[in-house]
Amino acid sequence: MNLGELINTHQFSLNSDEKNRFLLPLVKDLNQFHSEHCSDFNKVSEVVFNGKDNIESFDDLPFLPVSIFKNFDIKSINDADVFKVLTSSGTTGQQVSKIYLDRETASLQTLALSKIVSHVLGKARLPMLIVDSKAVFSNKSSYSARGAGILGLTVFGRDHTYILDENFEFNESILEEFLEKYDGQPFFIFGFTFMVWQYFYQSQLQKKYDLSKAILLHSGGWKKLIDISVDNDTFRQGLKEKFSLTSIYNFYGMVEQVGSIFIENSLGYLHCPNFADVIIRNPLDFSVQPIGEPGLIQVISALPKSYPGHSLLTEDIGVLMGEDDEPQGWKGKYFKILGRAKKAELRGCSDTFKTNFA
Amino acid sequence: MTNTDKLETAFSEALMIEKSLIIDDLTYQSIPEWDSISHMVLISELESMFDISLDTEDVIDMSSVLKAKEILNKYDILF
Repeated sequence: MNLGELINTHQFSLNSDEKNRFLLPLVKDLNQFHSEHCSDFNKVSEVVFNGKDNIESFDDLPFLPVSIFKNFDIKSINDADVFKVLTSSGTTGQQVSKIYLDRETASLQTLALSKIVSHVLGKARLPMLIVDSKAVFSNKSSYSARGAGILGLTVFGRDHTYILDENFEFNESILEEFLEKYDGQPFFIFGFTFMVWQYFYQSQLQKKYDLSKAILLHSGGWKKLIDISVDNDTFRQGLKEKFSLTSIYNFYGMVEQVGSIFIENSLGYLHCPNFADVIIRNPLDFSVQPIGEPGLIQVISALPKSYPGHSLLTEDIGVLMGEDDEPQGWKGKYFKILGRAKKAELRGCSDTFKTNFA
Repeated sequence: MTNTDKLETAFSEALMIEKSLIIDDLTYQSIPEWDSISHMVLISELESMFDISLDTEDVIDMSSVLKAKEILNKYDILF
């Protein structure tokens, strides 16, 4: 099976054996390709991972820490083939990641994302409510990662309606008009997790609204909500009670692997699509953790061809919750995120890389 | 208006470019005016111009003017 065929499979259909048969060879080929076309990647692979060339399982793949894209310009293509450079948000003072895309990788990312999103939204583009303000695009040449995230999702909707005004104030009349216009029809809501909670759930409303026909996709992380003690259960329960909104899908993804997103399954955990996988690693010695044991999340994807992002160690702590046994029949691994790794936990990791890769 | 006129009007208004630039070979993101934001404006212009609803895969596939014509053919809009 080639990559195009794998992306076009019915998602969440491959079990562990099938992933070893169909996904692993593609990722191994990518690993080989990057060793040959990216000297920095080859160096890490040789020095840190002893030049592993007998990769028998996903566990054997060399991995790069995501932070490497902040410190180095890493790509496996010629400058002339660079089509687009993605940059991460990064808080003030931090360096941003730079991800180099050629046309092929960019279009694979779009296609892959559409396969996962249409798995939950369907083929037709639904009317779309965006829990944000058009003001996120005010500087067109350098809009934020939030703006880029919203844009990436607008492909899946029509009549894009922003419910916050230019000053990021919730505007109830926009919601009311939208619901009147699409009375009784399914529609799509997208927003960043903390925006949905703070600007939508927590807004003071004059009337009661029924959003039982809506499908909500949200992403961006829980950090701001954990600080105010809102977890996924509280989030879901709150939206259900206030709006009768129950079709809710959180998803996890990153600029370093655009298109490979992990979307919430019926158990409330994040599920690997057919063209991606995760491994949880012990932060102390990088050994592979079994189900139930927390560790650093390593994300594997068959998409990154223009830069060596096929196997990355994130700075997030997560725990594997199961594999191939999701009640609705979704195959593959699923996991949950516990939060950001503490500095100390990452230091061990970056020391290993710095010592060997300076 | 012929379908070609309608198509050119939709492209020219959505991307804010001269009609003379709208040739079959013009591809998505080959000019600054056709970026991911204006692409969605283009989609809604085409939808209202031809009174159709494009599916997600059509939005993603519409990578050139020629491709746009091929996609519109599926909706019985011929050029």
